[in-house]
Amino acid sequence: MSGKEIILEVKNLSKVYEKEVLHIDQLSIRRGRIYGIIGPSGAGKSTLLRLVNMLEPPTGGEVYFQGRPISINVNGRADAARREMTLVFQKPLLFGTSVEENVAFGLKARRFAREEIRERVDILLGKVGLREFARRHAATLSGGEAQRVALARAVAFEPALLLLDEPTANLDPSNVELIERLIMDLNRETAMTIIIVTHNIFQARRIAQEVIFMHEGRIIEAGETEKVFTSPEDPRTRAFVEGRMVY
Amino acid sequence: MSLLEGVFKAFSLILTLDPNLIRIVLLSLQVSLLAVVFATLAGVPLGAYLGLKPPERTRFVSKLLYTLMGLPPVVAGLVIYLLISRMGPLGVLGLLYTPTAMIMAQFALAVPIIAALTMIGIRSRGKEVQETARTLGADRILIAWTVVRESRFAIFGAVVTGLGRVIAEVGAVMIVGGNIEGHTRVMTTAIVLETGKGNFELALGLGLILLLISFAINSLLYYFQGGGKDIVR
Ligand SMILES: Nc1ncnc2c1ncn2[C@@H]1O[C@H](COP(=O)(O)OP(=O)(O)OP(=O)(O)O)[C@@H](O)[C@H]1O
Ligand SMILES: [Mg+2]
Repeated sequence: MSGKEIILEVKNLSKVYEKEVLHIDQLSIRRGRIYGIIGPSGAGKSTLLRLVNMLEPPTGGEVYFQGRPISINVNGRADAARREMTLVFQKPLLFGTSVEENVAFGLKARRFAREEIRERVDILLGKVGLREFARRHAATLSGGEAQRVALARAVAFEPALLLLDEPTANLDPSNVELIERLIMDLNRETAMTIIIVTHNIFQARRIAQEVIFMHEGRIIEAGETEKVFTSPEDPRTRAFVEGRMVY
Repeated sequence: MSLLEGVFKAFSLILTLDPNLIRIVLLSLQVSLLAVVFATLAGVPLGAYLGLKPPERTRFVSKLLYTLMGLPPVVAGLVIYLLISRMGPLGVLGLLYTPTAMIMAQFALAVPIIAALTMIGIRSRGKEVQETARTLGADRILIAWTVVRESRFAIFGAVVTGLGRVIAEVGAVMIVGGNIEGHTRVMTTAIVLETGKGNFELALGLGLILLLISFAINSLLYYFQGGGKDIVR
C-alpha cells in the first residue's frame, strides 16, 4: 500500500484573511505515511489542515484528494471525499452524549449496521483504554480522556487520511505516549495516512516519517524526517529544529 | 368580598368542573399550544440559521428580533387584525374573530422570542458543533440535527419562554378573537371581562387556573429536559 501513490496534492493553495496567511505552491502526500507539520505559532499549520478538510474555502488554488479536485462539489463529490478524511481539533469538542455515542457518531453518519457499530466502538474504546467509560457522559471526562475519545471517534470509520492538529498539546506524558502509540499502530495496521501538526519537534521526530516545516504561511522545507533534522537546507529550518527560533 | 373569599370561591368553581370554565380553559390551551408549536417549527430553524452565522453579519436581524421580542401584544393583534379584517389582504378567508386568528396573533408574538433565544443559545458553540459533525462525515441534515440537539437546553428555554408569553397575553387575542362566549373566549380575556363585571371570584379562579396550568406545562418540559441536569459541557 505505502510507497509512491499520492493521496493528497496541494497546488498554489492560498488563504487571505486581512492578509495572506497561507501560500503553498506545491505539496504531495503519499499514501500510508505519517507526516509531521512543524513550525512556529501563526505559521499557518491549522489553516492548512482546515483548507484540506474543506472547513473553509481557499482564496486560491486547489486541493486534490485521491486524484480529484475537492473544491468542486459536483454530484456531492466533495462531500464524498470529506467522508474519507477527518480532522481532530486541538481542543476537540465532544457531543453532549455518552462516550460510546460520541465514538459511534461517524459510523452512524455512514449508516453502518448496529452490530458493526457496537463492535467497533468496543474495540476502539479498548485501544484508548476507556472501555469502562462507554456509558459515561462525555462532559465528565478529563482533558486527556476527552482527547482519547475524540481520536477514537475520528478513526472509528477508518478514514483514508487522518489530520491531527496538536493532538497531545497540554497532555501528561502517559497520555502522550498512549496517543503516539495509537497513531503509529493505526498507520502500521491499516496503512492510514496521517498528517500531524505539532509544536513538539521531538514528537515529530519520534513518529513522523516525513516532516514539513512551515513558516509565515509557506513551506520552507519538506523531506524525510531524519534528513530535515540532521541536515536542514534552510537556515530557518535549522534554527527551528535546533530550538533557536523564538516563537 | 375579601381576597380570601375570592380564592375560596375560585377553588369551588374549579372543583365542581364548571362547564363554562372548562371550555375557556381548553380553548386557551388549544390556541396557545398550537401557536407555540408553529412558532417552534419556524423559530428554531431561523434561530439556528442565524446562530451559525458570524454575529457581525446578523447584527441588524438580531436587533430586529430583540425589538420584536418586546412587541406589545395589542400591536401584534392590530397588525393581524388589519391583515384579516374584511378590508385586509386576507379578508376573504373570513378569519376575524376565530380561534385561527388568535393562533396567528400568538404565533407572531412567539416567533421572535423563540428565534432570538435559540440564536443566542446556538451562538455559544454551534459553530464548533457544526464543524465537528462535518469532520466526522455528517450530511446537512445530520449536522442541523446535531447542532439543535447540542443546544437543546437553550431551545427548551426558548420554547418555555414563548409559551409563557402567549398564554398570559390578553391584548392580541382580545382584538382578533373578540372574546366571544363559547367561541373565542380564553382565560385572559375572560379575566378582563369578569373583572369588569365585578365577578371577582370567577376572575380570580381563572387567574389561579392559568398559573396552575403554566406550572404543569413547565414541570413537564423541565422533566423532559432532564431537569437541566447535564447542562455542563
Ligand atoms: N478566521 C481567521 N481570521 C483572521 N485571521 C486568521 C483566522 N484564522 C487564522 N488566522 C490567522 O492566520 C495565521 C495562521 O493561523 P494558524 O492558526 O493557521 O496558525 P498555526 O500555525 O496553526 O499556529 P499555532 O501553532 O499557534 O496553532 C495567524 O496569523 C492567524 O492569526
Ligand atoms: Mg494551530
